[in-house]
Amino acid sequence: MIANPPPESRDSISRRSFLRGSTAAAAGVAAMAAGLAPLRKLGESISVDQFLQQHYKELKPEDMDKVLRRIEGEVERQYGVRPHVRDYKPMNGVEYVYALNLTRCVGCRKCVHACVAENNQSRDPEIQYIQVIKMPNGTFDMEKGDAHYAPESVPEKGFFYMPVQCHQCKNPPCTKVCPVKATWTEPDGITVIDYNWCIGCRYCEAACPYFARRFNFSEPTIPKDKLNLEMSYLGNQPRHKGVMEKCHFCIQRTRVGRYPACLEVCPTGSRKFGNILDPNSEVAHILREKRVFVLKEEVGTLPRFFYYFDV
Amino acid sequence: MITAARNYTRFLSRCFACLFEGDWRYFLWVGLLTAVCAAGLNAYTRQYVYGLATTGMTDQVSWGVYIANFTFLVGVAAAAVMLVIPVYVYHNEDLHDLVIFGELLAVAAILMCLAFVTVDLGRPERFWHLIPGIGKFNFPGSMLSWDVIVLNGYLALNVYICGYLLYCRYRNVKPAKWFYIPFVFIGIGWAVSIHTVTAFLYVGLGGRPFWNSAIVGPRFIASAFTAGPAIIILALQILRRVTTYRVRDKALMTLRSIVQVSMLINLFLLANEVFKEFYTDSLHVASAKYLFFGLHGHSALVPWIWTAIAFNCIAMTLLAMPLTKRSLPWLDVACVLAIVGIWIEKGMGLVIPGFIPSPLGEVVEYLPTWNETLVCLGIWAFGLLAYTFFLRMSVPILNGALNKENE
Repeated sequence: MIANPPPESRDSISRRSFLRGSTAAAAGVAAMAAGLAPLRKLGESISVDQFLQQHYKELKPEDMDKVLRRIEGEVERQYGVRPHVRDYKPMNGVEYVYALNLTRCVGCRKCVHACVAENNQSRDPEIQYIQVIKMPNGTFDMEKGDAHYAPESVPEKGFFYMPVQCHQCKNPPCTKVCPVKATWTEPDGITVIDYNWCIGCRYCEAACPYFARRFNFSEPTIPKDKLNLEMSYLGNQPRHKGVMEKCHFCIQRTRVGRYPACLEVCPTGSRKFGNILDPNSEVAHILREKRVFVLKEEVGTLPRFFYYFDV
Repeated sequence: MITAARNYTRFLSRCFACLFEGDWRYFLWVGLLTAVCAAGLNAYTRQYVYGLATTGMTDQVSWGVYIANFTFLVGVAAAAVMLVIPVYVYHNEDLHDLVIFGELLAVAAILMCLAFVTVDLGRPERFWHLIPGIGKFNFPGSMLSWDVIVLNGYLALNVYICGYLLYCRYRNVKPAKWFYIPFVFIGIGWAVSIHTVTAFLYVGLGGRPFWNSAIVGPRFIASAFTAGPAIIILALQILRRVTTYRVRDKALMTLRSIVQVSMLINLFLLANEVFKEFYTDSLHVASAKYLFFGLHGHSALVPWIWTAIAFNCIAMTLLAMPLTKRSLPWLDVACVLAIVGIWIEKGMGLVIPGFIPSPLGEVVEYLPTWNETLVCLGIWAFGLLAYTFFLRMSVPILNGALNKENE
């Protein structure tokens, strides 16, 4: 920086250096513009409707209808097939609960793959909502577990298998931390994400004690023929890069009275699902009669996902 | 009214014109920073196009150097208060004129903070969802929404105070106390709040035992009050070499005492945390074990944290010796060590290990990618550029070269 010059020479110096300065400024602006070059690789840009879309809870039924049709159009443009995208609402008097039988689970991971197929997760990189952990008998220390086991056949002697997915907590740490209310718990107990509202800060992912949430680090890829065309807005509509997703108890199935895909595919009957408010439901029976526990009870999340033993 | 507006515009345009005046060193420095900025912008654009897969982050370690730098810089911003308190509460004369340089540093640091959180977003174009009123702001539920408020509020406070005082100096009028003193005192509380809220971002997560510790807040404040004034010392040292602005040794010595005491408290609090983790030796020690000694054969952070501890201890020793009182170069060395040590301790040493092992016991390590590093360097260059420009405008105003008389 220059020292304070004597008054008479002041103007000429500042004019000369100003000229030099503006050349430098122009060079700076040019450098910044050159920096933006990768933008040319940007595929379909965000439409005005996408950009201005309101939060799920602010959408009136007619707005929602427009959004659903727009998403159908977007999927059709991208995949060449037109899906049905609906907005299923929770049923009155229903609160869903999941129960998993640790005595029976053999760790075959059929649930993991059925979930991916049902819920239109990205295949490359593959996003999985369920992680099955192989635990040595005699401990519940998760650090001793192995999520990447790959033996010839399962089950292996001396181990038990613990599938973990979103626990749909009654006191969820993830919804509390979201700065934009993009995730919340529905009246039927399912914690959902508005993928079209999420800003992708990943605070919920840091808050979850069950490693249940997944982030789209890149644009998801799904082969055209693998797309599940029965879609729901809060459930399995295809996601885009930069947003969170996670298990939603197959909202597009369970809200019309069907079982989640992971339950249907389970060959050992380890997975039980139902309405806890109905005293005659299977899950109500299990919670009453079996030795049931929840994972990490000490963190106070009050999961709606229970583990139990048969024998 | 119109005259006032015209005068103010004239003031702003003259300040702006200042940016284009300087000797070859100034242009070299600004040119260098602009080049790094452009490289960072290029890397960020690549990230915007291909997604956060261009970073080293994963579902297991879902925050990385962006949030680490953010955390460090919130501290730097908060540390401006370490100049404000001596001046406005204790009427310290030596620091009186320097306080504005501290506040300008806070402005630059907050700008960097905002840039770091923005580049961390998966969907930056949806930032408007965060704006109260038109978006859907989860206040007071989410600590991140508190952070948005306190950071922007702090930015506004500092811009206002600096802007007002500089404009008064430019017109050579005495600043009206009622126009700025209340804001100065609000700013003191606010400075502490920005770093406390940032600590609460981590502390509030029950599923992350490494962060879920009440001492994180005080540790953040202590480390911030070490690194922040250390940066100001270095900035003043540069300032008095390249400008005619006079900075007295006594002012640097006051700052030295602040860095000295804060570093002592910082190391003491770190020792408390280390004791609690390792003496208890419960399952929750896993992250600390990973950080300090490695876990199940994974030890990427071990060299980092020991470097940080070594730097902090050497800085502490230097600051405790009369050597750094007599010899300013040694004081500079101590400051550099303290800044680097605390940057590592808060970033690689606090943000990353919180994620390792994952809540399901998996150890997935994190290493920033080249693209991610470029984005970080770009933001740092942008911040330094902003601070350089602020100083380029404020120094001539403060030493009288730029005033209303010579318009």
